[in-house]
Amino acid sequence: MTRISFGRIFNTQTIALVSVLLLNWILFPGFFKIEWQDGRLFGSLIDVLNRGAPVAILAIGMTAVIATKGVDLSVGAVMAMSGAVAATLVVAGYSGPVAVGGALAVGLACGLWNGVLVAMLDIQPIIATLVLMVAGRGIAQLITEGSIVTFSDPTLIFIGTGSFLGMPMPVVIAFALMVLVTLVVRKTAIGLFIEAVGVNRSAATLAGIRSRLLLLTVYSVSGICAAIAGIIVAGDIRGADANNAGLWLELDAILAAVIGGTSLLGGRFSIPMSVIGALIIQAMNTGILVSGYPPEFNLVVKAGIITVILMIQSPLAGQVLGFFGRKKSGASR
Amino acid sequence: MAETAFRMEARGVSKIFGTHRALDKVDFGLLAGEVHALLGENGAGKSTLIKILTGAYQPDGGEVLVDGEPVHLDSPLHAQSFGIGTVYQEVNLLPNRSVAENLFLGHQPTRFGLVDRKRMNRDARVLLKRYGLEIDPSSELGSHSVAVQQIVAIARAVQLSGKVLILDEPTASLDRDEVQRLFEVVASLKRDGLAIVFITHFLDQVFALADRVTILRNGKLVDTRRLSELTRTDLVRKMLGKDIAFSGSTSLEAQRPVTDVLLEFKGYGRKRSVRPFTLTIHKGEVIGVAGLLGSGRTEMARVMFGIDPSDEGSVALNGKPISIRAATDAIAHGFGFCPEDRKADGIFGDLSVRENIVIALQGKLGWFRALNRDEQLDLAGQFGESMDIRAASLDMPVKLLSGGNQQKVILARWLATDPAFLILDEPTRGIDVGAHAEIVRTINRLRDDGMALVVISSEIDEVVAYSSRVVVMRDREMVAELRGEDISPAVIVQAIATHGEPTPEETAA
Repeated sequence: MTRISFGRIFNTQTIALVSVLLLNWILFPGFFKIEWQDGRLFGSLIDVLNRGAPVAILAIGMTAVIATKGVDLSVGAVMAMSGAVAATLVVAGYSGPVAVGGALAVGLACGLWNGVLVAMLDIQPIIATLVLMVAGRGIAQLITEGSIVTFSDPTLIFIGTGSFLGMPMPVVIAFALMVLVTLVVRKTAIGLFIEAVGVNRSAATLAGIRSRLLLLTVYSVSGICAAIAGIIVAGDIRGADANNAGLWLELDAILAAVIGGTSLLGGRFSIPMSVIGALIIQAMNTGILVSGYPPEFNLVVKAGIITVILMIQSPLAGQVLGFFGRKKSGASR
Repeated sequence: MAETAFRMEARGVSKIFGTHRALDKVDFGLLAGEVHALLGENGAGKSTLIKILTGAYQPDGGEVLVDGEPVHLDSPLHAQSFGIGTVYQEVNLLPNRSVAENLFLGHQPTRFGLVDRKRMNRDARVLLKRYGLEIDPSSELGSHSVAVQQIVAIARAVQLSGKVLILDEPTASLDRDEVQRLFEVVASLKRDGLAIVFITHFLDQVFALADRVTILRNGKLVDTRRLSELTRTDLVRKMLGKDIAFSGSTSLEAQRPVTDVLLEFKGYGRKRSVRPFTLTIHKGEVIGVAGLLGSGRTEMARVMFGIDPSDEGSVALNGKPISIRAATDAIAHGFGFCPEDRKADGIFGDLSVRENIVIALQGKLGWFRALNRDEQLDLAGQFGESMDIRAASLDMPVKLLSGGNQQKVILARWLATDPAFLILDEPTRGIDVGAHAEIVRTINRLRDDGMALVVISSEIDEVVAYSSRVVVMRDREMVAELRGEDISPAVIVQAIATHGEPTPEETAA
């Protein structure tokens, strides 16, 4: 039973992604053209992957958080902070790897902070992470002293704009992270525990799951994911912009997770599906951009398409589709 | 029409939820100037009756009368206009507003269209004085104790309604002195001619305060009596539906020689939860825990399992002292716990039957020694079968199963961890007859296999049937330990009801 419904969710997301890509192709015939240039791939499709990578990385951490019935509003601000720290460190003369380490440490610290508020002090996640969402951007601005800190450190720039086996680095990082986190979550018991805590935290504690430690871990992973996304964005523009880096991206990450089939009420989750959700969002952004519509249309069209995707996933639609699905499968037998 | 003397009356009211008859033709009459206790165990229909009297539910049969006139109460607000006010266990006022604002919210005295704060505070002071409260009406309500807040809630309800006051477990979160204070307020309201309904689990309080009592069981009216005509034992017997003539004592103790000691709790307790108790548990023994709701049965289980860690006493396992600060500690020592509220604390509704069964064992194994899907299916299949769980598939969400099957899933979950000691809190509540029998069979089987069990139950017949020993809880204290011939419904009822000797703590107070 679960397998069938998983199959259906799988179909919803991939069909949505393929439809958006096809729509882009109709609007912009060169959409699927991919070229090999200077040892790497170029094209609109690659661009979707590349631009979508930061949100995809955020969505990896966000999915785990949402599956525990939480939410992490601070990821955009953590991106700004980690970018600011990385940039400031290389400008102060530290090496690229040290700057990356520093930025990741900041992400971990932010995640632990959120985790302590949620797991130890039992503050509602939306409020707990709102604290850092507001304060984090302020801290980032303090670190950069209000200006855009530019740098020319090759390590950071490589992370933001380099390539590996022809693929842009952000795509490589996002893909590797997705595979790594999915394997860790599914090959250990962590995935089951995340779902158990999300479905019923009280029962999880009574069944002997260390739910506090689990929540702490999950928020830490989200913080580290945000830090990675922050380094990528800073490396891409060769500077840390505390005002705009990661701005509103927490909302895209939440949306990606929800499109990916994770309920905000916690429970079942799929990290690859959330990454596909992130790509759907980016494919729409790119599509509207390349199609030449005025950018004002952007948000409205995006909202419309997302509404359709969410409606297809709604329980009511599930019943209707399930009804037809059963009929079909009955006939095929 | 002699009955018109009733200030408020319910005549033959019924309420049906789906196929379940929550109330079945219940009569309830409330006199002016009386405190009328409403008693019954969980699911007896108390709260349904209260909700009908306050207009929150509409009865499916029968009628409600106020001062002899049939009325149709659409909502609690509508009931208020007939003079019916309610105070709940949890104070539902605004803790961050002043006492005076809470008293007059919605009908503040105004002057030129603005709230006349001065007059409001003055009126509040006069009103509070009548309740013996000398507090500043402009102070924040939340800064006062729960007892004071409770009295403010009563004052507000009386102010708004004035004929009938319904107190739904008002004393549940109060300490002894606070209860006393609340009782004085209630007694003075009674003298003023108010008709008062009082719901509580504490029999002492019923005898201290009430004039008459109505007892419900399984949605049916058992009796309405003057309290002076009843003894405590009568009352408990009526609540539990036990006839004193019934005698089903077992001789389990005689058959079963005492084996090795597994666990020893010594002076084990937790403040504001359960008084220190001393209990030795042997392997292959079922200890039944009897007591009314709110007697400290569940609290005892939670302290044993480390959910609410003890703050005094010690516990030893196989003679070695151990420390249980959290559920994970208890599980590591081979404990298991099936909680009373299956839905809230037991099952993971959206997860599969398989995952629900393996989760405690997986929790014991930790994060990194994961059972793979095949191992999970094996385990779930094996323990599901031994518990006779009726599920179409082990991969279906557990929420689709019946209550009885869900309970079996939780039992299977603990059996999979191979526990030495299992605590079952109301394992047979609200489940069908078949599942009921299966669970009782399992309890017997586990005992014969040498497991130690503590089983909490309101079903006295059941406790008698499977217990090797019975401990009786009352007022958050273990008051009796029965064995052998004493394990009979009559003795248990007696032990639940009787006033014990005052504890040293009480004498000191």
